Amino acid sequence: MSAPILAIEDFSVVYRSPGGDVRAVQGVNLELYASEVVGLVGESGSGKSTLAYGACRLLRAPALITGGSVRYQGRRAAAPMDIVRMQADELRRLRWREIAIVFQSAMNALNPVLNVRDQLLDVIHAHLRMSRQDAKDKAASLLDLVGIPRARLRSYPHELSGGMRQRVMIAMALATDPEVVIMDEPTTALDVVVRRDILTQIVELKDRLGFSILFITHDLSLLLELADRIAVMYAGRLLEAGTAAEISREPAHPYTRGLLHSFPSLRGARRDLAGIPGSPPDPQNQPPGCAFLPRCGYGTERCTSIDMSLAPVASSADPSHVTACPFVLPGTPPPAQPKGHPAAASAGADQ
Amino acid sequence: MSTPQPRSDEVRSVAAERGPLAMEAISLSKDFRLGRGQVLHAVRGVCLGLYRGAATALVGESGSGKTTVARLLAGQEGLTSGSIRLDGNPVDLSSRRAFRQYKSKVQLVFQDPFSSLNPVHTVRHNLERPVRLHQGRKTSAEIAGETAALLEQVRLTPPGKFLPKFPHELSGGQRQRVSFARALAARPQVLLADEPVSMLDVSIRLEMLSLLDDLRNRFQLALLYITHDIASARYFADEILVMYAGRIVERGPAEELTQHPAHPYTQLLVASAPDPDNLGNALRDGADGSRRRPESPGPAAAGCPFSPRCPFAGDRCRAEDPALRRVSDVRAAACWHLDVAAPGVMAEPQGGGT
Repeated sequence: MSAPILAIEDFSVVYRSPGGDVRAVQGVNLELYASEVVGLVGESGSGKSTLAYGACRLLRAPALITGGSVRYQGRRAAAPMDIVRMQADELRRLRWREIAIVFQSAMNALNPVLNVRDQLLDVIHAHLRMSRQDAKDKAASLLDLVGIPRARLRSYPHELSGGMRQRVMIAMALATDPEVVIMDEPTTALDVVVRRDILTQIVELKDRLGFSILFITHDLSLLLELADRIAVMYAGRLLEAGTAAEISREPAHPYTRGLLHSFPSLRGARRDLAGIPGSPPDPQNQPPGCAFLPRCGYGTERCTSIDMSLAPVASSADPSHVTACPFVLPGTPPPAQPKGHPAAASAGADQ
Repeated sequence: MSTPQPRSDEVRSVAAERGPLAMEAISLSKDFRLGRGQVLHAVRGVCLGLYRGAATALVGESGSGKTTVARLLAGQEGLTSGSIRLDGNPVDLSSRRAFRQYKSKVQLVFQDPFSSLNPVHTVRHNLERPVRLHQGRKTSAEIAGETAALLEQVRLTPPGKFLPKFPHELSGGQRQRVSFARALAARPQVLLADEPVSMLDVSIRLEMLSLLDDLRNRFQLALLYITHDIASARYFADEILVMYAGRIVERGPAEELTQHPAHPYTQLLVASAPDPDNLGNALRDGADGSRRRPESPGPAAAGCPFSPRCPFAGDRCRAEDPALRRVSDVRAAACWHLDVAAPGVMAEPQGGGT
């Protein structure tokens, strides 16, 4: 593969608070190649949205980028640029034109007092040089793109169904023909049938227009079908990354294994569902070593002193398959005692 | 209205194998007036039985009327027609006293644990209140013991750590546990759980459903589990009722119904669920045969409400609304074309699951 279009390196973000810094993203490395779908999965509070918004410099105080770089190399750009070091005018050219975002809640992200066409025109006029008539044509063709009848141009957000609103959000993101589209839980609030229609449409548009997608979700089952590669995030760090096929077939990290056994499946024989005991860690009060230890059935004393760097999974056929757990590998039998390790039980986790 | 009508479908409920009938809804209907003479038929002719110790799932998309059914059963909403029976007696909510007695037997858990707990009160207050209201006279020591026991039942231990907390100090999962505890405080027979896990992270949903399953078993609750996730209903319900546009369009044992759906809408629901074993291909091929569907049309005003979206719809479907028809001893579906839509299911009416 050629150079990645987006390369996040050793990226860290803290939230300043009176009680001390909350380390929301800690030394994350993530690459996105052209025409690729990378899925970023994690629970609420794991830092997945902070990572994505941070990489576009969309965070404001008390969030602070404390280290790392985000190298962007678009087809239209002559040389790679570091987004972390960009000036305001460079950022303005980058955002939307190069990297667009589909936000989580379409109802809140759309302006309730503007109709669909005016919102699309806003984007087009802000980022592209175009005559009024061309912009109007463009707005109409964007709706064609996402399969909404042109008659809906004059509709207001409240007149649209949840699925249509999400499609309008996607149309807005694609208005400037961006190279990277970040999608933050774009289908979470939708019904299964509508969700599937929209995912199918996203894949179709991606194949046709050739952009790359960073898809953020808490639902791993959805990513297995959608993503080329998957990165699993927990308490601000990546715990595992690899191709979707590899993650599904040979998950290495105990957390990924837990996630894979957390959703009931409709097809095939009934499986034993294990789930993950306990609740996500308190980001303000993180134990040393592995943050997943309080919920991990494999945990031992050794886990309190590991450095959480990602190492390749030796047995994996996928060279990009990496895990943060040096002790559990594909093939390690399940633990005898499924509950979390007591070594960390006092360290802020409950139950 | 007071004469119990025979069930529109003579189909046995598999949930009845778990225990006696606790609650029965007979031809529930609810209309909402929208103004300008328009009426929304949110729920039409819904019949269902909830049995002690059994979980019945009500599955459908948003707007299908499933939450309205829960609100009707909970007495939060007046019926347009139909009746509800609890332990064989018609439900009377005419007085405050009767309503309170009813609520001590029938409890509702809401979807959103972030807004269903009073934010200005501690967990202790949120739990003590229902204990006082529903468990008669008690000393404060007894009440304290009861609230602690409730938290232990929902596995928030040690209780002393959680009692003084405010809802905003708890995670989503912990809040939903408090909601369960609050519902249990009334010592109900019937628990109506309206999307109890859909606001929670995937990793904690399963724990929460297991807890609900455990509570159902331990207290012999008649559980109505309302969800849009038919896969979770497969694992946690005895019987599944599928709702579309205010009607029940299919019902049957959970495993059988999800593995061999009869109604075209159930088939669509099952086909739309994520399939983790089908890596990367299903979305590209359009596994459901239509790569690019226009926005789903709304339910039809006349005939079968699903007919505008149904691949099997014919003239009859657009003219006449099908009633639930018996498919086997334990299954029923409301469709004119079951022989075409689900030939396998119709061929073996006794098909015993997988």
